[in-house]
This record gives sequence, structure tokens and C-alpha cells, in this order.
Amino acid sequence: MEILKKYPKLFQWLFLLVVFFALCFAIDVPETYKFIRGQAEFIKDPNQSAFVFLGKEVRYYAFDVFWRLPPLLGWLPIWINDSLFFLMNDWMPMEFWNEDTQEYKTRPLVLQITRNLTAFMTFLIELIREILLGGLETIVAFTSWDWIDANPWAELPGLPWTIVAAGSAILAYKLGGKGLAIYALLSMTYISIFGQWKPSMQTLSFILVAAPLSFIFGLGLGVAAFKSKRVEKALYPILLVMQTMPQYAVLVPALVLFGVGDHAAVIITMIVAVPPMILLTLLGLRAVPPEVIEAGRMSGCNNWQLMSKVLIPTARRDILIGVNQVIMVCFSMAVISAFIGAKGLGFNLLLALNQLNIGLALEAGLCISLIAILLDKMSLAWANKQVDYFGNLNFFQRNKNSLFFGVVLITGILLAYFGSIYFKDGYNYLFEVPHNKGISTAGFWNKGVDWIFDTFFVYIKAFNTWLIVDVLQPMRALYLRMPAIATLVLVVGAGYLIGGIRSALVVCGLTLFIALSPWWDRALVTTYMATFGVLVSCAIGFTVGTLCFQNKHSRKFMLNVCDIFQTFPSFVYLIPVMMLFGITDTSVLIAVIVYATIPATRYTIEGLRSVPAGLHDAATMSGVTKFQRLFKIEFPLAFPHMMLGLNQTIVFALFMVIIGAFIGTEDLGQYILKALSDKNGAGIGLTLGICVAFIGLIFDNLIRTWVDKRKKHLGID
Amino acid sequence: MSEPVIKCQSVYKIFGANAERMLKEANGNVDAKTFQDNGCIVGVNNASFEVSKGEMLVVMGLSGSGKSTLLRCISRLTDATGGKIFIEGQDLLNLNNKELIDLRRNKMGMVFQSFALLPHKTVLENIAFPLQIKGIKTEDSINKAMDMVKLVGLDGRENYFPRELSGGQQQRVGIARSLAVEPDIWFLDEPFSALDPLIRKEMQDEFLRLQEKLQKTIMFITHDFDEALKLADRIAIMKDGIIEQLDTPANIVLKPATEYVRKFTEEVPREKVLLIQDVMDEKTSSDIGDLKVSKDEIIENVAEKILTQEKTVAVTDSKNNVVGSINPAKIINTVFGGRKNNN
Repeated sequence: MEILKKYPKLFQWLFLLVVFFALCFAIDVPETYKFIRGQAEFIKDPNQSAFVFLGKEVRYYAFDVFWRLPPLLGWLPIWINDSLFFLMNDWMPMEFWNEDTQEYKTRPLVLQITRNLTAFMTFLIELIREILLGGLETIVAFTSWDWIDANPWAELPGLPWTIVAAGSAILAYKLGGKGLAIYALLSMTYISIFGQWKPSMQTLSFILVAAPLSFIFGLGLGVAAFKSKRVEKALYPILLVMQTMPQYAVLVPALVLFGVGDHAAVIITMIVAVPPMILLTLLGLRAVPPEVIEAGRMSGCNNWQLMSKVLIPTARRDILIGVNQVIMVCFSMAVISAFIGAKGLGFNLLLALNQLNIGLALEAGLCISLIAILLDKMSLAWANKQVDYFGNLNFFQRNKNSLFFGVVLITGILLAYFGSIYFKDGYNYLFEVPHNKGISTAGFWNKGVDWIFDTFFVYIKAFNTWLIVDVLQPMRALYLRMPAIATLVLVVGAGYLIGGIRSALVVCGLTLFIALSPWWDRALVTTYMATFGVLVSCAIGFTVGTLCFQNKHSRKFMLNVCDIFQTFPSFVYLIPVMMLFGITDTSVLIAVIVYATIPATRYTIEGLRSVPAGLHDAATMSGVTKFQRLFKIEFPLAFPHMMLGLNQTIVFALFMVIIGAFIGTEDLGQYILKALSDKNGAGIGLTLGICVAFIGLIFDNLIRTWVDKRKKHLGID
Repeated sequence: MSEPVIKCQSVYKIFGANAERMLKEANGNVDAKTFQDNGCIVGVNNASFEVSKGEMLVVMGLSGSGKSTLLRCISRLTDATGGKIFIEGQDLLNLNNKELIDLRRNKMGMVFQSFALLPHKTVLENIAFPLQIKGIKTEDSINKAMDMVKLVGLDGRENYFPRELSGGQQQRVGIARSLAVEPDIWFLDEPFSALDPLIRKEMQDEFLRLQEKLQKTIMFITHDFDEALKLADRIAIMKDGIIEQLDTPANIVLKPATEYVRKFTEEVPREKVLLIQDVMDEKTSSDIGDLKVSKDEIIENVAEKILTQEKTVAVTDSKNNVVGSINPAKIINTVFGGRKNNN
């Protein structure tokens, strides 16, 4: 009894586990139960039960309610779909002036709005694309085809690659100095020589539109949330869900609203990229010391001056980290939105992956990573750069970069002109290296893949088989063996023990949503894959992080590695694993592990670093050994921060599991992917996305509540 | 006498949801305890005082005494819950936003405890900031800011960023910034509290030098009693939002109004605070020696001279007229006597 009193929490947890397992054993697997493959829910089968809600018929395989809850929310996707269609096609028809036909036409309001929006996006993308690659649609938009026919000189070619490469080097030099400039020049030259110029510039033009727009909206909404509690409260739940929502899932509803193409991709990217920007803006503005605000007020600032000259510049670092995040999301989306017809490197990457041409995929992936790293480093350099003082410089010194760019511009045009004379019959390599004329390394990489397969096939296969048969399948079976009611009890119980009744209610609601959707089994598979990935990632990240923390150089090195890895668009991770493991669950899991190890490692190092130096010294003076210090002082104090890393690890793992559907998994991601090609997929896609987001949010809620309590307990903030 | 520059009439600042209603109901009789039970915190409780032109009022109090809140009411960084505040006759609480901004742009300057410099601007740009906000041309504002840089002795560092400066230097920038628009009223909120003792002393001397030159109307907030004694024309001592005593340093030391004030004065070395005129006899006795001391001298500086005399010493004013006398016993009594025994 005394032990019970001493560790009440421990016994509560034990009791919860006992109840959980008792339920698991008490509730038998129904004989008719099997994991449903394919979209069997939508195929009529005499064994199915059905109910009608809101005029929608939902069919499902009925089991004992303790085993699996009936999909009472099965009508939701169909309802979302119908509502969307109604909104787009029938709601509020209005008269709109049509430029082309010169007459008024009746169109539903939402359709008109989305069409105008997409037209605007298309215009912006085309504009930048034409500067980089040439074309005349923008000019036509302002004038007419007749005008172009009459004035052929207006048809400008794009900028020669030499100018773009040198120009980015100059910009990089201005922002980050010599190293960055050399990197910019080399990567741009690489892209050109290896024949990836056109798709790269298409991707770049997409990002140059999506990133600034996301930045403006994110900043604006962040400021609005900072100024008004009400706006913040309204935004908060959306931000929360968007943070854990897989990017895939947003694609489908956007497809319905905005159609297919680059413009839709830009809008989706904004939907995904704006939330982190809002959060970081808010964070930065909150961190501005009150006295600085007062100093601004006492200097006689009005509200606008206070925001633009005091608050935003002072919060500049956080805001620019937000810009950095926006750029990263944009690159990630540049690949994913290829699913809905965005052009560029992402499209080539997906195509190559589809054809299992690993070499081509690797080339495209490398290019996109090169540009991503370049823009990432540039935006970070911008964030850390201090404004130069120009007071005592003369005209030439002040404008040397612009002047230099002018020289480059003229030289580049001249070069391209000479090129057109020199390469009279063939391609003008000084203007643009065409896609199929560049040096291609695809063959080399493909041979390499073949070689790896030939040489290590036996080992890889053996490892693969062992992992799947002895680890993954049993684990998956265990997860699927959980009766729904037992899972619910476990999750809600954990919520209660960690955060009291409030937490219990929140996680109960989230879990019930998933349990009542038609995809509980799938959600279990997603969770199992994510769990496996997270466990391995944490083990690796924790160990590596702790080891690297011991030495200043290795610590810095590791954080840099994490930075660079985080820059890669998530899809790029699939390339090397497919190279090694082919199309199996193993590939997906390895990708998940690699991807999710990044936050695990980073947060371990940062957590350990956040332990106050004074404590470190105090411990050393008490005569502890290195190990004692690590286990008695550093781990307990760094643990809350490390748990936040776990939170990130889970989100990263879930993202990658869902993306893994591209390789072929049997989880929620598979259905999301299917919904993409389904005319009626919007509702399903969105509901599935919410399910995945809720899985993330359940863990997020539990971990955050625990961390907050723990931090209060330890008195650290 | 001309109108006071700052005039406060029973100013209240109460934080909390029902502050205004509760203040009305209290009918001028605010009790912190009752308010606290109803979820309100009393920041400033019935503050009334005047500051005349060129005077330096130091508000002294420990943390939580409401001294910073009082200052923020007068600069209207927060709105007072009740009472009236007049700045050069203008009713501060009735100004609209535009008039308030105008007032701040032209009449007020403020220095902050944590310096509150803009991290992304250089020293020069920080100082020029209030001028540029006002809409003055870049060149003129930079020239003016340069004058300020020289005034606070930061020449050569005008292109540094705040993070590259020491605390004392940063506060010099803060002072220069607050003076850039040539305000009549100067608010200083614990300007030297975040500095090391040595630097603090140096800055105090510097501050006195500046004030001698500029003759601003000043409200100076501090938690340091010694600092208050050193700088102030008059001191207001605050506790729990109430001004316990408002008087000249000498009167506060010699005649503390409440027990709370007396505790502060106990440890004060009187010879360093009091002037000869504070302790001299008004009447001149016939038995006066040859030594003459000025009435404006601090006791410490002349004590040794006086104590070597056997006769009473004559006290003179600035025109060298004899206005009083002081005998050595009085000095001994002031310095050593009567502290604990007076209880």
C-alpha cells in the first residue's frame, strides 16, 4: 500500500494499461472481420449494412460496436462534396461581364471569384516565367494578338541563363558574401549545363509568386491577430489543424475550387504556407519588449508608424524565419502540386519516379534541392544581415551591385547574341541549354542502381523480408487487433491522466471523429507506420543528438546537417530509398525514419543546450562524473524540450507516411492519393486529411499538456 | 507665478475589469484591500501634485509601488482611471489621438530602464527616429541627431548598432533620443537602474550636467533613495500607489512624514545630503568667528573646517551677505546625534 501512495501516478497508468489489455482480450475478433482492401466501402455487397442520413446513403460492414464503431460520419465526405459542387455551380448566380464574348453572362458567385483569382495567379506566374524563359502572353493580355502581329519586336526572348546565374550570384554576394555567391553561381551553372534550365525556371517562377504572396498574407494576418484577440481566436483552430494536416489532403478540395494547373498550385501553396508565417509573425510581435513599444509611442508614432517602423523591424528576425519557412513549404509544394498539373522540376520528378527511372528522378531532385538550399540560405542571410549605413558612401560605392548587374546584363545579352551567330545551325548554348542537350547523368545513376541491386540484392532482400515478416506485419496485426473501444479507453485515459478532464474530452472528440469515419482500420495502419518510424527516429535522433552535444564542433556540424536535410522537399527523400529498397513498405519506412530523425536530433541538441550553464557548473563543482551529469541534470531538465521534438517528429513522420502512399501503402494516404484522381474526391480527400491531422493533434495535445505541466513543475520556461 | 507644467488632481489608476465602476462607487475613498478582493489592483491611488517649469521631481518607491504607473499615466501610455492631468494647462485626458501624438512629438521625451533602442537602427538613426517620425527631412534630422550624439559624448560611435555598445553607452543613446525633439518635459523611468554602480554614478553626474545646461521640467523615477537625494529638487515617495510624502530632500530626511519614509532616511548619511542652510540658525549671534561658509554647501564638504572652530561660524548667501550662523555642536548633532534616540 505504501508504494501505491508513493507513486500514485504510476499505479494509475498501470491500471489504465490493465484495463486496456483486459478489453483487448475480452473482445474477440469477429469471424467476418477482414482488413478491407481497395475502396470496398463504395461497392454494393449484400453483407453490408446501410443507413441514410441527410439524404445520403452510407454502406458499411457492421461489427460488434465494441470491436469497430459504425461509420456514423460516413455521410460527411459525400456531404462536403455536394456542398462544394452546390457552392461552385448553383449558389448565388449573378450577372458578370465577359470580356471575350462582350456580353453579360450568368455565373455563380463563387465560381466567378475563383476564376478571377486563378486568372490573377496565372498572370503573375506567366509574367515571371516570361522574364526567365520568354513568351508573350502577358504582353497579349495588355494589348491583343493583333498588336503582337503588327509589332513583332515586342516578342522578347527570356533572359539568357548566363544573366540569371550571374545575377543570382550578385544577389547572393550582397546578402551573404563570397561563399554564398560561389554556391549560387555553381548551382545555377550546374542546372544549366545539365539541361534542367527550363523546368527549374518554371519551378522558380512558381516559387517567386507563391512565396511573396504567402509572406504578405501571413504577415497581414499575423499583424491582425496581434492587434485583435478576436481574430486570433478565430484563426487559432485553423492554424492548429493546418499544422498537422498533410499537404496532400489540401490538394483535392482545391482541385474542385480552382481547377488544374500552376495557379491552383500557387493557391494551395499559400493555404499551406500562410499558417506558419502567421504563427511566427505573432510570435515575433509578442516578443517585442513593451518598453520598445512605449518608446515608439513616446516618439510620437501613430499606429501605422508604430507597426511599420517599430514593431515589425524589431520582430524582424522571427518574421524572416517565417519567410524561410514559407520558402521551404513552397519547395515542398512545388513537387506535390505536380499532382494537379503544376509544371517544372516537380512534374519531372514525379514522372521519373512513376517510370521508376531513378536516375532522372535523382537529377530533378538534385536541382530542386540546389535551388531550395540557395533560396533558404539567401533568406536566412537576409534575416541575419544588418542594414548597412550609407551615409558616407559615394554614388558608385552605394550602387556598385546594381551597376555590376547592369554590366552583367549587357555582357550576357552580347554573349547570347554572339552565341546565336556561332551556333548558327544548332542550339544557342549561351542562351539556353535545351532539356535533352544537357549532360545527363541519369544513365550513370541508373547503372549504379542496377549495380547495387545486382551486388547486394540478396542482402537487401533478406533484410527486407526480415523487416516485413518479423517486425512490420506482426506490429500491424497488433494494431489492427485493438478493439476500437479499447483504443478509445487508452487514449482518453491517457488524456485524463496527463491533462485532466479537459484534455480527456479533447482527445476523446478527436479520436471519436476518426473512429466514426469509414477509415478506422486505415487510420490504425497510418498510426502503426508512424509509430514505428517515430520509435526508430527517436532512438537514432536521441543517441546522435546526445553524442554530438558533447563536442562543440560536432554539435554545430550536426545542426547544419539538420538544416540542410530539412531544406530538401519531402518527396526527394523517396528517391534514394526507392533506389535501394524498391517499391515496398520498407522504402516508405526508411524515408519516414530519415525524415523524422531530423527534428528528433535537432531538438535533443537544442534541449540539452537549453540547460542553464550555471547548473552545469554547479553540477561539475559537486563532483559529478560526465555520465552522472548527463543523467541526473541534463536529461531531466532538457526532457520537456526534447518532448517538443517528439511532437515534431510525429508530425514529420505522419507527413512522410502519407507521402509514402505514392510508393504504395495501405493507409489513409492511399485513399488520399486515390481521391486525387476521383471526380468526387474532394470530400473524401478533405475528411481523410482531417483524420490524419487529428491523429497528429491527439499526440500534440497530450505531449504539449505534459510538457507545460512538467515545465511548470521544474520552474523553467 | 506661472502655470505649473505638470499638474495632477487626484489621479487614480486601477487595473481590472470593473475598475471605473468600482472607483465611482468608492467615492474617493479607495482601499486597496477591498479592490483586490473584487479582482482589481490599485496602481496609483489619489495622486495630486504639481511640477513647475525647470523643476526636477523624483518619484521614489520600491517595485510595485506604482511609480512607473504614475509616470505612464502622465505620459498617457496608459489612461488614468480617474482624476485630471494637465500638461501646460492642456487637459491631457481629453486630447484626441492626433493632439496626443502632436504633444508627444513636440513636448515630451522619455528614457526607459531597458533603454528600448530599436535594434535594427544605428545610434544615429535611433536618435533621429523621433525627428523622422515627425516628418523632418532626412538630412536635417541626421544633422540634429549628430548634435545630440555630441551632447551625450558618443562621437565616433554614431554608426554603431545598439548591441555593439555597453549599457551606459546605450542609455546615452536613449537619453539623446529623448532629447532630439527638444522637449520641454522629460520623463525618465529608472534610467540608471540597469547600470553598474560606477557607471551609474558617472551617468548621474552627466545627467546633472545636462540638466544644468538644458533646464527641462523633469519627472524622474527611481527605486534608489540615494539617487533621489542626489538629483531631486523635490522627492515624492510612493508606497502601494499612494504618495506618502512629497517634499525637498532635506525636509524628507529631517522630517519624515510617515514611518515608512523614516525607514528610508535612517541609513542616509545626512552630512552628504543636507546643506548648511538646512541646519543653520536663522539668527546671527554676536559671538561669531572669522570663518564664513556658504549656505549652499553640503555639510560634509565644510564639516571639518567648522569643527576646528571654537566659535560659531557665519553662513553667507551667494552675495556674501551673512544670513545665519552655525556652531560646531550643531554639526556633531546632525551627523552623529539623535537618529535612533528620536524614535
